[in-house]
Amino acid sequence: MIRLPEPKAEVMARRAEIVAALRAIVPGEGVISETLRLKPYETDGLSAYRQPPLAVVLPTSTEQVAAVLRLCHAMGVRVVPRGAGTSLSGGALPLADAVVLGLMRMNRILEVDYDNRLAVVEAGVTNLGITNHVSADGFFYAPDPSSQLACMIGGNVGMNSGGAHCLKYGVTANNLLGLKVVTMAGEVIDIGGRHLDAAGYDWLGLLTGSEGMLAVVTEVTVRILRSAEGQRAMLAAFKGIEIAGQAVDAIIGSGIIPVALEFMDRPCIHACEAFAHAGYPLDAEAMLIIEVEGSEAEQDLLLGKLKEICNRFDPISLKVAQTAEESLAIWKGRKGAFGAVGRISPDYLCMDGTIPTGELPFVLKRIGEMSAEYGLQVANVFHAGDGNLHPLIMFDANNPESFHKAERFGAEILKLCVEVGGCLTGEHGVGVEKRDLMGVQFTAAELDQQRAIKAAFDPGWLLNPAKVFPLEGNPAVAPAALPRAA
Amino acid sequence: MSASFLAPDTEAGVAAAVAAAAAEGVPLGIEGRGSKRGLLRPVQAARGLTLRNLSGITLYKPQELIIAAWAGTPLPEIEAALAEHGQHLIAEPPDLAALFGSAGPASLGGIVATNLSGPRRITGGATRDHVMGIRAVNGRGEVFRSGGRVLKNVTGLDLCKLLTGAHGTLGVLTEITLKVLPAPSATGTIAVRVADLADGVRVLSAGLGSPFGVTGAALLPQGGVGLGGPLAILRLEELPESVAYRSVRLRDELARFGEVALIGDAESRALWRAVRDAEPLGATAEQAVWRVSVQPSAGPGVVAATGFGQALLDWGGGLVWLAGPATAAAHANVIAAATAAGGSFTLFRAPEPLRAAVEVLSPEPPALAEIGRRVKAVMDPRGVLNPGRMRAGL
Ligand SMILES: Cc1cc2nc3c(=O)[nH]c(=O)nc-3n(C[C@H](O)[C@H](O)[C@H](O)COP(=O)(O)OP(=O)(O)OC[C@H]3O[C@@H](n4cnc5c(N)ncnc54)[C@H](O)[C@@H]3O)c2cc1C
Repeated sequence: MIRLPEPKAEVMARRAEIVAALRAIVPGEGVISETLRLKPYETDGLSAYRQPPLAVVLPTSTEQVAAVLRLCHAMGVRVVPRGAGTSLSGGALPLADAVVLGLMRMNRILEVDYDNRLAVVEAGVTNLGITNHVSADGFFYAPDPSSQLACMIGGNVGMNSGGAHCLKYGVTANNLLGLKVVTMAGEVIDIGGRHLDAAGYDWLGLLTGSEGMLAVVTEVTVRILRSAEGQRAMLAAFKGIEIAGQAVDAIIGSGIIPVALEFMDRPCIHACEAFAHAGYPLDAEAMLIIEVEGSEAEQDLLLGKLKEICNRFDPISLKVAQTAEESLAIWKGRKGAFGAVGRISPDYLCMDGTIPTGELPFVLKRIGEMSAEYGLQVANVFHAGDGNLHPLIMFDANNPESFHKAERFGAEILKLCVEVGGCLTGEHGVGVEKRDLMGVQFTAAELDQQRAIKAAFDPGWLLNPAKVFPLEGNPAVAPAALPRAA
Repeated sequence: MSASFLAPDTEAGVAAAVAAAAAEGVPLGIEGRGSKRGLLRPVQAARGLTLRNLSGITLYKPQELIIAAWAGTPLPEIEAALAEHGQHLIAEPPDLAALFGSAGPASLGGIVATNLSGPRRITGGATRDHVMGIRAVNGRGEVFRSGGRVLKNVTGLDLCKLLTGAHGTLGVLTEITLKVLPAPSATGTIAVRVADLADGVRVLSAGLGSPFGVTGAALLPQGGVGLGGPLAILRLEELPESVAYRSVRLRDELARFGEVALIGDAESRALWRAVRDAEPLGATAEQAVWRVSVQPSAGPGVVAATGFGQALLDWGGGLVWLAGPATAAAHANVIAAATAAGGSFTLFRAPEPLRAAVEVLSPEPPALAEIGRRVKAVMDPRGVLNPGRMRAGL
């Protein structure tokens, strides 16, 4: 069960004053304080937790963001930045005494520069919005989280999000050139620019994935890439999870790095097939979706080699798409995987640990055993090339006991990921969900050092203060315990 | 040079050395194997700490695309181990022994601490993009970790990125885990003779904006491989069938810019190795060397503005290597050119008095510089790690 810090009584008492001051900065519809209209902001993609904020402010410019932050800084008000609110780890979960700073109205694409292969966009532009804007010219923005229709680039920076194609193209951090950010004190800072590897400390790298704790992002300069001539997918189904894991090893070992290499286990195959009718083999224990890029002839060459490798592992079926439509059909089930599982069980927790790929058979076997122990179903779908697991634990939200069991089961899985040499989160972030597990991966001194870096940006611990670090030792809860900051 | 040199052969030894320095308030000059001693500002330190004895590969899993090694491991040792399994370092870090007149090879820790990347940076990412995990010693002498040994990890603040390129001022790297990839089996180059540098960058942009997966895009003002300059060169790395096909397609697309030649595998590899190590810059021993990073279209303007005759453009035109007189006036020229182009500069190599007297890196906006001082105080409260290496007083 996740706890949130006690609201500050003096802030709660000044609510009307704070709302009025926010209205003076962002006029009209830009400030929300009515109970009913706060509802959509009380949770994010981790919908088991809900907490209405003090107020929501939706600025339309960097200047307004800076003024809001200066105000909150001066009044000691906590701030939770928010993009689309699709975080699966509760990163955008409000606090009762916090202002939610939503960036969704800052949704303009400011510039596209094909010669320098970059785009300058406001933080509230959706991930897919960037690609859609440049795709007619043959370009795309590479990181493609499954939530790309909704999630925003500011949130992607907040979480350092990945996607199905990051095996080849990298995650958010690898595809950025510059940021415009505002500190909690209201100072506007340009980080990086339109060039690679700006001299000095890598602030761009540190801010990416900092989960809204260091500064608020208002503009992002992203790299855009020219799309390959074409792409095509194949599907390979196997008799066992272990065998499929060996096939993954053999593919990587052969020197071919597909653009995508996705893995689904039996429960997930069944859920997706029932949902999408993609023609997935229901007798398989594991299935891979493999995608390659290039000209038709290059695709044929690579798919031929991949087929030959998969054939060594006694596949139940091998299906190579012959056309773009057939590729889409293969992807259809995978892309709808979360929705498909949602049809079997409306409530599920999506885990996100990463493991060394060699540990795959062991970890999946253990998850299966735990599933039986906890009496909860689990479906596995994940990025096989990089070991980033997404076990979906199904539970019944109407039954509190079922939810608590699901949480304990999830925590067990993540601990297992760390035990075998992996980590708690590969792309969804720590948020509140994994906050109290941080001690499994880091020592107390390591956490203190990270907290002190947070404090170097935000000495008063006002910006998204209840995330990432365990509440014990969090200065937002017990100011006396402020770690060794300068 | 420092008066005394510590050369621990264990991580605990490194931690003890730093803890002692912090307790005594003695600044440490930190180096991997000392191949880039001439980079950035000279460190005034009574004591040196070399990582050369903390050496060796600690983990290599070709199937998991992961290699880890102690920070003092010579880079060639790592490259050789990878080559045995047909893999390579993605960012193609340079060998700057010739540029710095140093004898030995670079260390892994040195490459990561300086975040140096070669031509493949333009599409494959920088060294910092492939640092998956670190172990390091902070300025209090405490060992800490960030990241890990897996390819995707967003757990906690990314101190791998913070320490990569921090030139040893925030921590002493002890062990580094890198993502690696299969080395392509074939390499080819398309060379286009262009009218001037601006035209050259247009060729590079056309190549990088093509669907053919260019992995190197450089501009040799004086030409090379027997061809006159300015010469735009574009690299393809793939399966042989792909390189053959894409070379022809790219050649046909770029023919409108000027005379085009295709360069074969062996000659290509040598050419890009030379570009990686900034050989075509032709810097003489007396000259200063700068690296300026700008948006590619601004590269030719930077060269023109400095008035130096010697340049080499990589990363599609965005990385400008310059060689010129080792004077404060020449340095001021470079600063002005880089700033006007909205980019950043590094005084890469210069005689010690010049390096000590000027800003060797682009300054940061005041609010960011203040955060930088606070972060430095968190990581190294006594200021013992490479003081002044990047900026005076830091
Ligand atoms: C169905 C589904 C599929 C998903 N698939 C993927 C996937 O494939 N890969 C993946 O990586 N993630 C995935 N996610 C998780 C989520 O979509 C990502 O984390 C996404 O980047 C969040 O973006 P958002 O705009 O919704 O941000 P929010 O959820 O609003 O916020 C995310 C975090 O960033 C901070 N933040 C938001 N905006 C800013 C800003 N402007 N400045 C500073 N901090 C900010 C918030 O405080 C919070 O900590 C999925 C989620 C869902 C619901």
